[in-house]
Formats: sequence, structure tokens, C-alpha cells
Amino acid sequence: MNVVEASGLGKRYGRTWALRECTLEIPAGRVAALVGPNGAGKSTLLNLSVGLTAPSAGAVTVLGGRRAGSPAALDGIAFVAQDTPLYKNLTVSDMIYLTRALNRRFDQPYARTRLDELGIPLKRKAGKLSGGQQAQLALTLALARHPRLLVLDEPVAMLDPVARHDFMATVLAAAADDGVSVLLSSHVLTELERVADYLVLLSLGQVRLAGKVGDLLAAHGQASLEELALTYLRETTPEVTR
Amino acid sequence: MTALTRPARPNSAGDAALRPVPWRRMAGVSWRQHRIALAGAAVLLGALAVWLWIMGTPLHHAYAAAIACHPASSAACQGSIANFNQSVENHFMGSKGTGGVLLQVVPALIGAFVGAPVLARELETGTFRYAWTQGFGRWRWALAKLVALALVLAAATAAFGALVSWYYQPYLGTGNPALGLNENSPFGDLFSLREVTFPAWTVASFATAALAGMLIRRVVPAIVATLAAYAGLAFATAGLLREHYLTPLVTSSVSPPGTAWIISQWSTLDGRFAFAGNPPTSIFNQLGPCLAAGNGKPLAGGFPQQLAQCLAQHGYTQWTSYQPASRLWPFQWIEGGWLLALSALLIAATIWLVHRRAA
Amino acid sequence: MTALTMPARPDEDDASPRPVPWRRMAGVTWRQHRVALGCVAALLGALAVWLWIAGTSVHHAWAAATACHPAASPACQDLANTFNGTWDNMSIPAVLLQVVPAAIGAFVGAPVLARELETGTFRFAWTQGFGRWRWALAKLVPLALVLAAATAAFGALVSWCYQPYAATGNQALGIYGNSPLVTVPSLREVTFPAWTVAAFATAALAGMLIRRVVPAIVATLAVYAGLAIAAAGLLREHYLAPLVTSSANVPGAAWLISQWWTKGGRLAFAGNPPDSLLNQFCSFGPGPSSKGGAPASPGQTFAQCLAPHGYTQWTSYQPASRFWPFQWIEGGWLLALSVLFIAVAIWLVQRRAA
Repeated sequence: MNVVEASGLGKRYGRTWALRECTLEIPAGRVAALVGPNGAGKSTLLNLSVGLTAPSAGAVTVLGGRRAGSPAALDGIAFVAQDTPLYKNLTVSDMIYLTRALNRRFDQPYARTRLDELGIPLKRKAGKLSGGQQAQLALTLALARHPRLLVLDEPVAMLDPVARHDFMATVLAAAADDGVSVLLSSHVLTELERVADYLVLLSLGQVRLAGKVGDLLAAHGQASLEELALTYLRETTPEVTR
Repeated sequence: MTALTRPARPNSAGDAALRPVPWRRMAGVSWRQHRIALAGAAVLLGALAVWLWIMGTPLHHAYAAAIACHPASSAACQGSIANFNQSVENHFMGSKGTGGVLLQVVPALIGAFVGAPVLARELETGTFRYAWTQGFGRWRWALAKLVALALVLAAATAAFGALVSWYYQPYLGTGNPALGLNENSPFGDLFSLREVTFPAWTVASFATAALAGMLIRRVVPAIVATLAAYAGLAFATAGLLREHYLTPLVTSSVSPPGTAWIISQWSTLDGRFAFAGNPPTSIFNQLGPCLAAGNGKPLAGGFPQQLAQCLAQHGYTQWTSYQPASRLWPFQWIEGGWLLALSALLIAATIWLVHRRAA
Repeated sequence: MTALTMPARPDEDDASPRPVPWRRMAGVTWRQHRVALGCVAALLGALAVWLWIAGTSVHHAWAAATACHPAASPACQDLANTFNGTWDNMSIPAVLLQVVPAAIGAFVGAPVLARELETGTFRFAWTQGFGRWRWALAKLVPLALVLAAATAAFGALVSWCYQPYAATGNQALGIYGNSPLVTVPSLREVTFPAWTVAAFATAALAGMLIRRVVPAIVATLAVYAGLAIAAAGLLREHYLAPLVTSSANVPGAAWLISQWWTKGGRLAFAGNPPDSLLNQFCSFGPGPSSKGGAPASPGQTFAQCLAPHGYTQWTSYQPASRFWPFQWIEGGWLLALSVLFIAVAIWLVQRRAA
């Protein structure tokens, strides 16, 4: 099964194409990394996959043919957006209540135990938590929904190295132990090295590379993800002259 | 840190056709997100209710005293009647009193401040990226929230409207003219604050605010836009629409009942239209001798009565179109009805936008 | 990609730099608040157009009524009635205009500090070279001045529009007249801007304390309502000690505060006579209730039957000539309150850790 299938997918804002002619098949059971410079279209692709935006061209289906944004899709996908939006004035326990109320599946004991382990107090307002705690809270809420696919938009951009490490460890554990497919975007390549086994490289709104990490590294003769990405981006991105 | 292992997820492969998440879940969600706004509305209505109660009780007592007093022509009874009339004329909450007019802004404020944040705050702060990717589904989420909040506001303001009606009741008592008590038309300025119209206006304001919030995507501009739209609609209704809900009655008797709402007056001569309102100067001059003759003994009713008599003597028939007080409740329901239809339309438009509009 | 080299910075590290000039904040304030100020201009403009149109017709009606001679003739009475009738259309807007200062002050004032705190942009604004308390001062004072100027002009227009209702000599002509001290609207050339600036200052302080825009607006409206009710109901009549007279004819345009009766130099009763006295000394035939015209004081009719029996009626009132002193007194304490609130807000900006 493919967790995300896009064919000719495109999104236009005004006259600018943020994403164009995107054709992808991301298989299930993998941790897929969406990589590219700022403005490449990563957030746009993720928003299209979770149904927050509608495509201007082409189509995208998720979780084996479900229309993105349909109730079936929403049920199986958990999304943590950039800047982890939470209701700043509601407490952590309020957020747990909301997520439980709005979904068919919610593992409350798991959420409680996890937040306990992380030392996040239930009665504190979400806006008063530190950046790392907010990210962990959002991730906990997402994982407690037992999704098939976890989508993360630049999840570790605001986190310190320790928080980043813990966050990714949790993601990996979920992927490994429970078979959750993960699709995450980042421009911190070193971090992705450890976790990703599928890569999608975006630049200027178009897919440059897609495939299993091992296959890509072998095909292009690069040793690391970072080198692969930099080389490929440098080749295809027009030189900026000063 | 140890990774937490979770029990294996039950195989829900066949859930392509899912039972939707139950509607009642949204009750708690709406409450938690909007409890402060709802509490603010409750405090405002509560404070105003206490105040109406305090102002209304002496008014009812004065009215009861004036009515029960016998014989009506004695000095003491005249004193009670004068007391009541004076309180009606000057009362802060009278039909044109300061309080009565300021109460008109309450439905607008409640609707704007409760309705605007529902969608605009989600869009402004980005939390729609959380709310619209949960299993509940975005248009169902919007529908459940908006309808639930609208119903709560309608219930609270309907109760308050009943209190306003109670307060206003002595002003409209039948039998007042016989005793020389002031009487007012129920179509006066507190019409939009009654049991049916108060909730109707509040819900209309709420629906406008929700739609404004979805279009403008920022809370404070949505509030301002709602207040502006409400003001325009309220003035248009009071000035133009309300008098046409039912075809006014027309009478040629000189004084329609005091509780009637006079729409317009005109005079005809020999079956053809002569003038509207007061006579023009030329006709006035013709009436000069007649009016001067009556100056020595003023009629009850004063100058208007005298003018009417002189006009009648000259062959003019005066017509008045008015709405009788008995039409209060039909008018309430008509106004409530179209406001409800408007609210439903605005909420439907809002939900359609939530469903359709790409973030 | 070549590294960009920057020219060597001239040696500018002053130990005590000159402060950034105050006038720089004018453009900053305009750019950040132009939408709010634009809305205020649109609102006042629309209302001004309406006031102009309505006021012109009111003035025409009044001029026609007062120019008519003889005053007791039916034609002149009719003109007087026409003028009285204009009050029906003007009374409701008069009340609604009272909320304009509150709305303007709240919606312009609350975001100044609250929006910065709510969105986090204070971390930008308060770390610029201008300095945080100077920034706050340079924002709040010019905004207050702009609002004061606009609403002072508007207040003058309101005064002009309603002036016929408060004109002296109205009562002699049987035209509806009222004390300018209590004619709704009581917000005029001085008090309209004073109340607007007070609402603005309250909103700024509320924004600093509450740190969120919409709650600050709500709090400002609530405080303003309380203050306005206190001023109208309690404070206003005491700005200057009321005059007391025992003559039956209080000048028609005076604002009656209270009335009481004495007999033999001692207080008999306040307000209207008790029923026992009425039954004893007064007899009334059934008559029509008073409608329209100048609201008559019932005390005057009772005076006629009680005076022969030794009762003297006293009235405390504020004469119409005190209109301007009252305006300045009210404007004065509101201005003092505004200055206080703005000062506290700026002190909080300086002191309070973010």
C-alpha cells in the first residue's frame, strides 16, 4: 500500500506555482523524509496530503486510495503542523480532552503516561510550555490517535539538540514498534540521516529525487544523505549571482 | 529514555466506510474553547437583569397603586397617576430613555464578541491546522459549534427578553387612557428587545460575526465589521421594514387608540388626496377664522383636536394608517422569522466556506 | 557563493549615544495603526454627514418656529409642533452617540500594547534603539492627540446639531426645550474628546495588564460604562454647588436637581406632596395627561394650592449659564484620569519584565 500517492499534483497561489507536476508513490511502513530548501514546496505538499488545501492540478490520495481530507483519510492520519499549533489558553488536559473528543480512536492512558514521563504538567496552559514541551505534547496527542500515517511539518526546527533527539527517538519507536508510517519534512539533513529510509527531494516546487535512501545513495555514488542532497540541489538550482 | 511500547492496534482495515464521530462530542469541545466568551455574556445579561429587576419593581408598584386607587378623580389618586406618568416620561429606561436605547446594542455586542472568534481565532492563530485535521471533519466541526453556540445564546437572550417585556408591561396597560395614565405603543423602541426579537437579533449578529470571521480571518476586524453590518440592518429594519410587515390599517377617526403605532397621516378633500401630515400654509390661512374662534375654549386634546375639527368643518377627511397594538405578537414572529432565516443562511454560507475554502 | 565582505564600521561605539529623535515615531505609529485610524475617520465621517443633514433640517424647523409671529396663533403653533416632532428622530441617535467615544477609544487603544504582547512582536519593538518607555510614550500621546482633535471637531458638530433643543427662550414659545446641561447628548465640544481619550487611556492600560486584545476591549467597555453611569448619575450634579431658589418660576433651561417643601422654616417633605396634604388642600378635576410640549414640573401645579397654606417650595438647580464651566470641569477630571492611566501604562512598560 502506498501511504501517499500523487499524480501530476500542483498547487498555485495567485500566479505562483508552489508545487508543480508532482508525481509520487510513498510506500507504507517507512519513515519518509521530505527535503528541500526554504520555499521548495514541502509545506504545500504536506498540506495537500492532509487535506488542509485543495490541489490546483492533479490529485493526491492517501492510505491506499482514500481522498485526501475525506473522513476516512482524516481518521487514519495524524498531523503536526509547523510551529505546533496548540490552543495557547487551554491546559494540557484540555488539549487531551479535545483530541479525544474529536477522534474515533484515542489512547488516553498512553497519552497520560507519556506526558508524565516527559514531565509535562497537566494543569499548565499550553502556551506556557517550553518549545520542546509543546512539540512533545503535539506529538503525544498525534500518536495517541493510533494513526496509520504520521505527518510532521518541520517538527524539530525549533528544538534544542536534546529535545530534538528525544523527539526523533519517539517517532522512530512508533514507526518501529507499531508500524506507523511517517512522513516528515525538514531541512536539517544531519538529523534525517539516522531516521529516514525513504527520501523525497523537492526544489522550486518540483520533485527532483524520490526513492529508498539506500538505492539513491548507491545510484548516485554518495556516502551520506547530506552530500546527496547538496550535490543534487546544487546541480539543479540555478546559481544565484551576486 | 525508554520508548513506550503500545498494544498492537486492532486491525481496522475495513474502515473505509466509517461511522462518523458522534455529534455530541462537540458539546464539550465548544464549551472548553468558548467558556470565557459565554461567561462574559452571562455576566453582562445577569448584571442587566438585576438592574431591570431593581428598576422595574417600583414601576410596577406605582402602576398598581395608580390603577387601584379609587375614586380616580380625587386629589390623592391624581397624585398617584401623576407620579406614574412622570416616571414614564422621564424614566431612564423609558421607550426613548437612555437606558432603553443603550440596551439595543447588547444583542450586537454579544453576537459579535461570541461569534467572531469561533472561526477567525482559529485562522488567525493557525490552530485550524490542528482542528481541521482531527477525525471529526471540518464542516461537521463548524456546524456543531455554530449551532450549539447559537442555541445557547438564543436561550439566554430569550429569557432576558421576557424580563424586558415584564418591565415594559405597565407602559402598555389597557385601560390606561380612561384613568389619564400615559400609554405607549408596544412598537416603540423596546420592540427589538422582547422575547422573540432579542434572541433573533442576537443570533443574527452571531451568524454575521461567524461569517465575517471566516471571510476576514482576523478577530478584531471581524468584530468591527459585524457591528457595522448590524447597525445598518437595525436602522433599516426600524426605519423601513418594520412598518410593512402587515398592511397597516387605515381609519378616518381622528384619534386611533393611543397604543397604536402611527405610520402616516394624510387628508383628502372630496375623495381626492389633499395633503399629507400637517396642512400647508395656504390651507392654514383658510382655517384661520375657525381656529381663532375656538381659542377661547380649548378642547380636550388641545391644538391637534382643534385643527382636526376645523379641517372637518371645511370638508377635509383625515386618514391615519397605523398598526394596532394587537399585532404585537404577529410582528414579533415575523421579525423573528426573517432574522432566523437570515441567520440560517449566514451560518450555511460560513460552513460552505469552511468546507470549500482551501486554507 | 562568495562571502560578502562589509566595509569596516566606523568607530561609532559611543558610551552615551544621543537618543533616537522623537519624531521618528510618527511614521512608525501611523504604519502600525493606520487601519484603526482609518476606520475611526470613516465612522466619524459617516456620522458627520448624517448629523449635517439632520441638523440642517432641525435648524430650519426651529428658525421657522421662532420667527413666526404672533406666537399663539395656530399657524405658529403648528410650526412649533413640527419642531417638537423632530425630536422623535433625533432622540435615539443622541443616545447612541454616547457609545461612540467608548468604541473609538477601546478599538484604537487596546491593540497598542496588547497586540504587541499577544503576538510577541514586543520582542522586536522593545529591543530597538528607541527604548521601550519612549516608544510607548511616543505612541500613546500622539494617538490620543489625534483622537482628541478629531472628536473635538465632531463634538462641535454634535453641539451645533442639537443646539436648537437647548436654546433659551424655547419655553416661552411653547417649543420643546431642555437644559443644555442634561440634553442628551451630554457629550459636546469638550466632553466628547475627553471621554474618547479616557476610553483610549483605559484601553491602553487594560491592554498592558491583560495582554490580550479582545479581553482588553471588553474590559474597557465595561469600565467605561461604569464610569459613564457614575458621572451621569452621581458626579455631574455636584460639579458646582447648586443654586437654591424659592421662586416658582425656575428658568426653563435650568437643570432641576431636587425639590423640597418647608413650612415655618422647617422641612416638611421632599419631592411630591403626600396624599394627605393633597386631599386636604388640593382638588383636581379629571383632565388629560400632559403630552408633548415642555415637560412641566408637577411641583408647579401643587405649589398653587399649597402656597396659601404656608408651604414654601424650594428648588435646587443648575442654571444653563453653567454649561461651559461644567464642560471644563468634566473635561478636566477626565483628562487627569487619562494622564494617570497612560502614565501607569508606560511605567508598566518600563518596569515589567516581558
